[in-house]
Amino acid sequence: MGKIRVVHYLNQFFGQIGGEEKADIAPFVKEGPVGPGTALSQQLDENMEIVGTVICGDTYFNENIETATEQVISLISSFKPDFLIAGPAFNAGRYGMACGAVCAAVQERLKIPAITGMYEENPGADMFKKSVYIVKTGNSAAQMRKALPAIARLANRLAKGEELKSPAEEGYLARGIRKNVFHEQRGSARAVDMLIKKLKGEPFTTEYPMPVFDRVTPRPAIKDLKKAKIALVTSGGIVPKGNPDRIESSSASKFGRYDISGINDLDENTFETAHGGYDPVYANADADRVLPVDALRYLEKQGVIGKLHDIYYATVGNGTSVANAKKYAHAIGEELRQENIDGIILTST
Amino acid sequence: MPVVHVCTVVPISLTVGANRIDPAVAIPHPLGNPQLSKDEEFALRLRIVNKALEALTTDITEQTVF
Repeated sequence: MGKIRVVHYLNQFFGQIGGEEKADIAPFVKEGPVGPGTALSQQLDENMEIVGTVICGDTYFNENIETATEQVISLISSFKPDFLIAGPAFNAGRYGMACGAVCAAVQERLKIPAITGMYEENPGADMFKKSVYIVKTGNSAAQMRKALPAIARLANRLAKGEELKSPAEEGYLARGIRKNVFHEQRGSARAVDMLIKKLKGEPFTTEYPMPVFDRVTPRPAIKDLKKAKIALVTSGGIVPKGNPDRIESSSASKFGRYDISGINDLDENTFETAHGGYDPVYANADADRVLPVDALRYLEKQGVIGKLHDIYYATVGNGTSVANAKKYAHAIGEELRQENIDGIILTST
Repeated sequence: MPVVHVCTVVPISLTVGANRIDPAVAIPHPLGNPQLSKDEEFALRLRIVNKALEALTTDITEQTVF
């Protein structure tokens, strides 16, 4: 029997094409393994071979999801693959979305198994964990050495057609699938055990975790825009030139508040972006492209809105943990509530 | 107070739970397009901001992409 033909999907960075400046590159192929694929191929069973690598820019993929998926699928299928591995994407949001979308499409269209790896807070994980096996990884590429063996292990098992155990045992993100099993203890006894542990304050593992949906009820609309005070908030890292608060370009540990009273237009001499992970050229040349102060000033003068709030808030979304983002959102929201703001425009890159 | 999320990758915005979503132009320049002349670019930005204001003044009961 011939070898199991594996295709590997990578972004421009891991595909060794370049950084953010190459993020809008359209998909293309390279023969054999590339970058992390080389180490990965050494961990795969001997009868599995990475025959080719499909590389696509993260920005290109996310801005053209449908076309990009079509293109990637057609390139993958050109290798006549038996198996697909994507990433790992760690905590890179756009890469995670691409890996998830490619795996889902490959499974559905090419009818072959596909797996990827990412950090559990990656938005791609939330979106695709139900349909794709996503191996749990750390949150940055520093974890590559741990991630690859875990991915290879799951790939080897799936390729052999072995039956997988629970997500915790196999190291993939729970897909929300329930399986009937026989347990030596009946349910009522297990429930009472859990209750006793809970009453004693001891740790216990629930058998039916509640889904964590971070959803809020939509707030009522603004009634009278002409009188409304509108505030700007951004995760695109727009800061006064020189980044006075030194907001980090990745995994921001803080947000900043900046005065824009009397400022009608952001320009390259006064504002810039502190955000890593996307090409900053456009935002640095004209920060209104991320934080539309000029447009809101115009609408304020026209009387369309009552007032643009004097303070805007900024942080960097790149790699920032959900827990921190929530913390900043609560703090910013509280301040804006005290200022009687009527509505918030939040911009993201 | 209502919030509108102006962003390019709408699926991410939906996943993280934004209620009012205003699709933008591109990741590095959500409210602009360096290919356009200054006036055209401003008009484009004004359209996106006006849509954001429309979102803020529209009552909704579930996640809505404007």
